[in-house]
Amino acid sequence: MLLDHLPPLLPVVPLLAALLLPPVGAVRRGLVHPLAAGAGAATAILALLALRRVLAEGVIHYHVGGWEPPWGIELVLDYLSAFTAVAVSGVGALALLYAGPAAGAEVRGREASFFGLALLLLASLLGMIVTGDLFNLFVFLEVASISSYALVATGDGRAPLAAFRYIVLGTVGASLYLLGVGHLYLMTGTLNMADLADRLPALASSRVLAVAVGFLVIGLGIKMGLFPLHGWLPDAYTYAPPAVTALIAPIATKAAAYALARILFSVLGVHRALTEVPLMTLLAWAGAVAIVAGGVLAIRQNDLRRLLAYSSVSQMGYIVLGIGLANRPALIGAYLHILNHAMMKGCLFFAAGAAAARLGGPALADLRWMHRRMPLTTACVIVAALSMIGVPPTGGFFSKWYLLVGAVEGGQPVLAGVILVGGLLAAVYMFRVLEHACLVRREEGDHGPAPPSGRSEASPGMLVPLLALGLGILAVGIWNAPIVSGVLRFAAPAGLR
Amino acid sequence: MTELLAYAAARYNYWVYILLMLIGFYAMVAHGNLLKKVIGMNIFQTAIILFFLSTSAKRGGTLPIVGPEALAGGVAPAQLMNPLPHALMLTAIVVMVATLGVALAVLVKIYRRYRSFEEDVILDRL
Repeated sequence: MLLDHLPPLLPVVPLLAALLLPPVGAVRRGLVHPLAAGAGAATAILALLALRRVLAEGVIHYHVGGWEPPWGIELVLDYLSAFTAVAVSGVGALALLYAGPAAGAEVRGREASFFGLALLLLASLLGMIVTGDLFNLFVFLEVASISSYALVATGDGRAPLAAFRYIVLGTVGASLYLLGVGHLYLMTGTLNMADLADRLPALASSRVLAVAVGFLVIGLGIKMGLFPLHGWLPDAYTYAPPAVTALIAPIATKAAAYALARILFSVLGVHRALTEVPLMTLLAWAGAVAIVAGGVLAIRQNDLRRLLAYSSVSQMGYIVLGIGLANRPALIGAYLHILNHAMMKGCLFFAAGAAAARLGGPALADLRWMHRRMPLTTACVIVAALSMIGVPPTGGFFSKWYLLVGAVEGGQPVLAGVILVGGLLAAVYMFRVLEHACLVRREEGDHGPAPPSGRSEASPGMLVPLLALGLGILAVGIWNAPIVSGVLRFAAPAGLR
Repeated sequence: MTELLAYAAARYNYWVYILLMLIGFYAMVAHGNLLKKVIGMNIFQTAIILFFLSTSAKRGGTLPIVGPEALAGGVAPAQLMNPLPHALMLTAIVVMVATLGVALAVLVKIYRRYRSFEEDVILDRL
């Protein structure tokens, strides 16, 4: 039965589609985008099936090629990986749908390789999520990074320079991760996550373990754009083609955040073994610094995409803060924020691409009269902005609520304050966007564009994924209780407060 | 003091890899030439590959290939070198080559636009 092979199918379906695209594109170029979007949708459906099966039958272990772990590579679908797979593949499928009409002149004539890279990115992110092997995770991490480098570099203007910076920093991150994996392997002789988790508690006081953890955290920190290791992120998001940013920004950093949580809790068992190392406290404070620094930098930007990029730095801070607090409500908040941030950042970058296509430019000033010309898009921006700030009933409110509960229960009033301040900073930068989109009026002596007469929404191919995410943000907010009590409650490791 | 030196000398493979890593990192940070940054990046990655490979080496060790003649004489596992780091590094080298390829392709694109690999010249021409 094909569905017995769900864990490998998640990365394999988009991978096979990526390989099929170039020959298909050589015959009929018009088939490339439908095939890519179809493969994305199929992956999302498989992820939903996987989540349903995990909920019904518990954790799925899959031994690739029939080799028993720890010798063979093991794929694991548990509550956390199935949930993250749904979040990443769902938003990724919508981004693939959106990328067809959004892909501009820089992609024309090369659709097959463009969508091939996009599917390769999706496949490798899902590989990162389902794998139960540290070295396998490295390979998928690098496949994801290499396809992102190439996708960013498809842009014109300063995009290749941004891609180059991303390559150099990303390679350092991957190398440090590999070095950390090497240290763990030398200590234990195994690369299987579950096997490592059994062997590491005996070595908890080892200094080598501390070094290995440092390498792993810094390496993944670079990949997820954790402040101050975010140097590659703003330029890459700003100068990449809109279709690429809409794909990379919501999902790529989330998979790295997932890998960090997976390694800290499932491999190192930080909550059990490493209690004397102040690693988690450091991570929580790094997240807090990222929230404030990213928010302050976002307020200063006049380019919509750059503003959103710094907002990503700030929002990734929330996820890291939740991981660092390492108690049950904080982790639920962090995992819920992986889904919420993927959806709201996808929604905002979809809207930014649509606005750039219809209103002329990526600057905030170009958004003028957006509420008249693109009312549906503006509505989605408002929903996503409310979610970013954390206003009920949007999804963002609930993930921040759980984080706040976690900070209070963890006895960290300052971190709780930072979560609230982060919401205020988000309010300031998102209201700057809304002010330009909805409130700027025509004054006397103003020679700006006259109020437009007609609507000019983006094409349906761009509008449908945008609306889907806008409604999705509200849906996650309204149905957050079943998500938390049915899935995420089990995603946090056992033995936590 | 001699103890410390002996300790350091016995683990010279680690010192070599750390030195190589730092050389690569220095080239990435200090050079304004993008091509030299790529070379530094490559040295950085190679250092990690050397680190992995050196951990599997053994004085007087043999290849972990078990043929009929070895079976006849019995296998001494302690004599065999660990093959796993080699297998891992084969994969890591493939990853490294792919990264290098993308980096060089991006550099070609940069050069076509700015006609230079020097960072300050490119910044002037932005």
